[in-house]
Amino acid sequence: MRALLQTRLMPAIAVAVLVTILPLSFSSAYYYRIGVLVFIFALAVVGLNLLMGFAGQVSLGHAGFLGIGAYSVAIGPVHLGAPSWLCLFGGAVLSGAIAFLVGRPILRLKGHYLAVATLGLGLLLATVLTNEARWTGGPDGMSVPGLKLFGWSVRGATAWYWIAGATFVCGFVLAFNLMESPTGRALQAIHDSEIAALVLGIDVARKKLAIFVISAVYASVAGSFLALFNGYITPDAAGFLRSIELVAMVVLGGMGSIVGSLVGAIVLVVLPQVLTIFHDYEQALLGLVVMVFMIFLRRGIVPSIAAAFAGRR
Amino acid sequence: MAALLRFAATAAVGFIALLSVGDRALAQIKIGSVLSVTGPASFLGDPEKRTLEIYVDEINAKGGVNGQKLQLIVYDDAGSADNARTFATRLVEEDKVVAMVGGSTTGTTLAMMQIFEDANIPFISLAGAIQIIEPVHRWVFKTPHTDKMACEKIFADLKSRALTTIALISGTDAFGKSMRDQCFAVAPKTGIKIAIEENYGPRDSDMTPQLTNIRNKAEVQAVVNPGFGQGPAIVTRNYRQLGFAVPLYQSHGVASKQFIELAGAAAEGVRLPAAALLIADKLPSSDPQKPVVENYSRAYQAKTGQAVSTFGGHAYDGLMILVEAMQRAKSADSTKIRDEIERTKGYVGTGGIVNMSATDHLGLDLSAFHVLEIEGGDWMLVPGT
Amino acid sequence: MAELLQFVSSGLTVGAIYALVALGFTLIYKASDIINFAQGEFVMLGGMTTVFATLAGVPLPLAALIAVVVTTAIGFALHRFAIEPARGASPVALIMITIGASIFLRGVAQIIFDRRFHSLPPLLGADPIRFGGAAILPQSLVVLAGATVIVTLLWLFIDRTLLGKAVIATAANRLAARLTGIDTRRVVDFSFAVSAAIGAVAGILITPIALTSYDAGTLLALKGFAAAMLGGIGSAAGAVIGGLLIGLIEAFAAGYLSSNYKDAVAFLIILVVLISIPQGLFGRAKVERV
Repeated sequence: MRALLQTRLMPAIAVAVLVTILPLSFSSAYYYRIGVLVFIFALAVVGLNLLMGFAGQVSLGHAGFLGIGAYSVAIGPVHLGAPSWLCLFGGAVLSGAIAFLVGRPILRLKGHYLAVATLGLGLLLATVLTNEARWTGGPDGMSVPGLKLFGWSVRGATAWYWIAGATFVCGFVLAFNLMESPTGRALQAIHDSEIAALVLGIDVARKKLAIFVISAVYASVAGSFLALFNGYITPDAAGFLRSIELVAMVVLGGMGSIVGSLVGAIVLVVLPQVLTIFHDYEQALLGLVVMVFMIFLRRGIVPSIAAAFAGRR
Repeated sequence: MAALLRFAATAAVGFIALLSVGDRALAQIKIGSVLSVTGPASFLGDPEKRTLEIYVDEINAKGGVNGQKLQLIVYDDAGSADNARTFATRLVEEDKVVAMVGGSTTGTTLAMMQIFEDANIPFISLAGAIQIIEPVHRWVFKTPHTDKMACEKIFADLKSRALTTIALISGTDAFGKSMRDQCFAVAPKTGIKIAIEENYGPRDSDMTPQLTNIRNKAEVQAVVNPGFGQGPAIVTRNYRQLGFAVPLYQSHGVASKQFIELAGAAAEGVRLPAAALLIADKLPSSDPQKPVVENYSRAYQAKTGQAVSTFGGHAYDGLMILVEAMQRAKSADSTKIRDEIERTKGYVGTGGIVNMSATDHLGLDLSAFHVLEIEGGDWMLVPGT
Repeated sequence: MAELLQFVSSGLTVGAIYALVALGFTLIYKASDIINFAQGEFVMLGGMTTVFATLAGVPLPLAALIAVVVTTAIGFALHRFAIEPARGASPVALIMITIGASIFLRGVAQIIFDRRFHSLPPLLGADPIRFGGAAILPQSLVVLAGATVIVTLLWLFIDRTLLGKAVIATAANRLAARLTGIDTRRVVDFSFAVSAAIGAVAGILITPIALTSYDAGTLLALKGFAAAMLGGIGSAAGAVIGGLLIGLIEAFAAGYLSSNYKDAVAFLIILVVLISIPQGLFGRAKVERV
C-alpha cells in the first residue's frame, strides 16, 4: 500500500497539498488571482504536454482550442441563453470534435511541417473569432456572464482559486494515470520511434489522434475557466503569441513531466509580474531569462533538477 | 519531491519579497496606470506613458498636489485584456492606488472596468469607444473623443462638399473596427451612403487589391479610412500609387505628424478630424486651447525628441483632470476625487474644452474636433470647422 | 483585366517580401536542422538600424552597410553564445532558445531605437510603373530582384564552393563531418551569420514598402516560416516560390473573396498543400531508416 502511494499518487498529493497551503501566504486578492491564472494555464499546459512531451507531436496553435472553450461560455449564455456550465461542456465537446476532424490528416505530418499545420489551424481559429463580430464581439471582445453553480454565483478570486485548483488537481491525476496506463506507454513508444511502435502492433495514428483530442479538451476547459474568471474575453486569447506562451511553459517546465507543466505555468505567469520593476527592460529580460533557462536547464526545470538530484545520489 | 516543494516555496517567497521592493516612500498619492506600451497598441500606449511620466515629474517639481508628491505606477499590459485585468487587480489590491488613468484600448478598458467599479476607485480611460461611457458607469470616465464623434465630423464635412456616396476601408484592429461600426450606425442619420467596404490587417504591406475593388465601384465619391498605426500611411501611399482621384479621409487614429512623413507626397489633400493639438501653431491667438496645446507640444517634443501625438494628449488631459479634481477636493480620498472629476467644468485641454456631468463622463462635443487638410507637408485648418 | 493585373502586382509585392524572409530560414535549417524564430528580428534589425543610422546623419549606403554588419554580428553571437552552448538539447529546446532570443532582441530594440514606425526612401524613386491599367512600385521589383540574386548566390555557394559542401555535410551527419576534418562549429557559425545578413538585406529592401518598427519581426517570421515550409524547408528556390505563392493567394483572396479572411485563406491552402504533399512543394521526402 505504502509503496503504491509512494510511486503513483505522490506527486498528485504533493500538488494538492501545495494548492491547499499556498493561500496561507496570500495577503490580498491579487495573489489569489495569480494562483487562478497559474492553475488555468497549467491545466492547458498539462494537455499540451501530453501531446508534445509524451507523444512527441508539436502544436503551435493550441491557443485556438483555448479560444474555443473561452468563447463557448461567452457566446452560449449571451446569444443562445444556455447556462454557463453547459456551455463549458459544449466547448470541450466542440474542441474535441474539431481536433478529431482536423487531427487525422494533420497528424500524418512530421516535425516542422506539423508545426506549420498547427500554426495555420490556430491562426484560422483566431481569425474566425476576430472577424465574426456579430457573435464574438470582434477584436474588442465581449463580456462573459458569470458562472452559476447550483444557484450560487461564483465570483471573486478566492472562490475561483479553489475551483481552478481542484480542477487542476483532477486534470493532473487524470494525466498521470493516463501516462501510467497502456495508452501512455504506447504513446511513449511512439515518441521514441514510430516505426518500432508500428512494428509492435500499436495503432499509431489512432493513439496520436486520441491524445490530440484529449489535449484539445484540456485547453478548452482551461479557456472556459479563463473567460468565466475574467468576465471578459478577447480574441488574443486564441492568438499566436498565446500559443507560443503555452509551448514555452511546456518546454521550460520540462517536456514529458506533468509536474513540469505546473512549474512552467508558474514561471511564465509569475515572471512578468516580477519583471515589472524593471519597466522598459521587461521584455529584454524576459527573453534573456528564457534563453538562460533553456541553455542551462535544457531538458526543462523539473527533469533537470530531478537529474541533478539523482546524479548526486 | 521534497526538494521540489522546497524549491517552489523558495520561489514563492522570493516572488513575494520582490513584489514589495517597489513599495517605497510613504505619504505619496499613488496614481495607477495600465497602458499598452508594447504590443499591437504601442502606437497609443507609448506616447501615453511618456506623457504621464513627464507631467508627474513636472507636478512633483512644483510641489505636488495638496502638498503631497504624486507616485505614478505604470504597468504594461502589452495590449492583452487578460494582463490588463491582472495589473488592475494589482493596482487595487497591492499598490492601493487612489485613482487610475489608463486603459489604452477599448478591450483592456472594458476588461478592467469592473475591478475599479467594485473597488470604488475613479478610472479615467484613454480609449476611444463609446460604450465606455454609454451607459454611464459611476466610476469610469474618459478623455478621448468617441469614434462616433469622428464619424459625425467626417460625414458633416463630406456633406458640405456634396459628397454623399462613400467607401470605407478599415483596419481589422479594434480601433478600426469600432470606428467602422460607428460609421455604419451614423451614416443613415446623416444621409451618407456607404457603397462598399473593405478591410486590411493592421500590419499588411499592400492594400492595392482592396483599393482596386473600391475604385471599380463607379459611384464612390470619397473614401474614409478608419485605422491607426502604419496602416493608414500605407493605404494613403497605395491610393496615390493607383492614381485614385476622389478625396481620401483619414481618421483621428492617424494622430501625429509622423503620418505625413511616412505617407510622403501621397498625403497631399488628405483630410481628417483632429483635436487642436495637431495645429497648435495655426490656432488663432483667441483660441483658449492655444496656450495649453503649445505648452504640451513644446514639452513633449523637448523631452522625447518625437513629434507630439493626440494619444499622448489624451493622457495629458486625463492626468490634469484628475489632478485638478484632487486639488478641488483638497483630499486624496477616492470618492471625493470621483465626485470632483464629475464636476469638471470648463477644463481646457488638448482634446477640447471639457464639461462633465453625472450623465456625461466625457464632456466633449463635436466642436472639440476640427477638420484638417494636409497641404505642403503640413496640417492646415479647414476654415469653418 | 486591369484589376487582375493589379492583384498580381500586389501579390508579387507582398510575396517577394515573404520570399526574402523565408530565404533566411533556409541556410540555418540546411546546416543545423534548427528553425530560427529570431529570423524576423534580423529583418527588423536591418531596417531599423539603417533608419536610425540615417537619422543620425550617416549617408544611406553606409548606413545599410553598417546595418548588415551589425546584424551579421548578432547572428553569429546568437549561435556562438546561445545555441552552441546548448548543443545536444532537443530540437524543441533549441527552437525555444531562438524564441527567447527573438523576445530579447525585440526588447532591446525598443530601448535602443523607439516604438514608432519608420520608413526608408525607395531605391528607384517613388513613381509607380503603370502597365495595363495596374500600377506597381519600382521597389517591389527591387525586392523581387533581391530575392532572385540571393537564391542564385545561395545555390552557387552550396553547389560550387567547398564551404557550401561542408554545410551539407554538417547537416547530413555532424559526427561524420567532423571526422573528415570539417570544423562543424565554424560552419554553423557561418550559416547563422549569413542568414542574419540575408535577413538584414531583406529588411533594408522591404522597409520602403512595408515600413518597419521594433515589433515588425514577429508577423514577418510567421509568414516567412510558413512560406519556407510550403516550399519545402531546405530548398532556397522553394522558399521563394512559397513566399510568392502566399502573397498571390492573399492578394487574390482580398480582391475576389473577402479582405477579412485573406490570411485565413492562405493558411487554409497551406494546410491543404501540406496534407497532400507532406514535404512541401520542393522539399526532399525524408527517408526514415531503421
